[in-house]
Amino acid sequence: MSEALHLHFDVDGENFTSAGEASVQVKKALRQMGCPPEIIRRVSIAMYEGEINMVIHAGGGKADVYMDSRTIRILLADTGPGIADIALAMQEGYSTAPDNIRSLGFGAGMGLPNMKRYTDRMDLQSTVGKGTTITMEIDLPQ
Amino acid sequence: MTIGEIRDLLNAEILSGEELLDHSVDSACGSDMMSDVLAYVKNQAVLLTGLVNPQVVRTAEMMDMVCIVFVRSKQPTPEMLALAKECGIAVLTTKKRMYEACGKLYSCGLGATGTAGEAS
Repeated sequence: MSEALHLHFDVDGENFTSAGEASVQVKKALRQMGCPPEIIRRVSIAMYEGEINMVIHAGGGKADVYMDSRTIRILLADTGPGIADIALAMQEGYSTAPDNIRSLGFGAGMGLPNMKRYTDRMDLQSTVGKGTTITMEIDLPQ
Repeated sequence: MTIGEIRDLLNAEILSGEELLDHSVDSACGSDMMSDVLAYVKNQAVLLTGLVNPQVVRTAEMMDMVCIVFVRSKQPTPEMLALAKECGIAVLTTKKRMYEACGKLYSCGLGATGTAGEAS
């Protein structure tokens, strides 16, 4: 299937202030393409949560967003410490974020569950010591 | 309720987005935890918070909010105000604490319609 859109971002892991810039760019691009607002919001929130996670836990990473006529696919890949217990990490309220991140309003243990909630499909692959790859898909109305 | 009415009810100062004072909003939420705003909020146009960092503006932007009210006299940084302006978000600050500010707006008709788990 031909791709109507591909955006690539390097997410800076050193700068919490700039976290979310890639999500903003995706939001703008989808808006320009005339995507339905509810779809744009779901994509934006899922990607923003992923971006924040990469900055908090993995020292940054790479984000790619693909869109064709049926689906928007978000691919997030980092080379961080990985997730030892994925089922535990997916539980609402479970977080390993440090106190300085909690003081910034994040680290409530809602990131991964939220990414799953806002997308139609989510796949998480992780190897301890090597990194984490998350694929999220949101179907477009046909 | 308009953003201008929110300003008046909370004796708030508008720091950015004066052109949005006539903009009408129909619901609001209050939280210092942006994770919870992203998880539980749906279709609220106004965010009341005592948290001050640029991710507050980013979170509001992701949620398509149009107004941020900083409670407890919190002052956003110039960087945050610039970001809010870029995103078309009005920024207010009030001396009132979170409980009173939310109660005041709620009792004057600004509701809360967000429900957990209804995001998609």
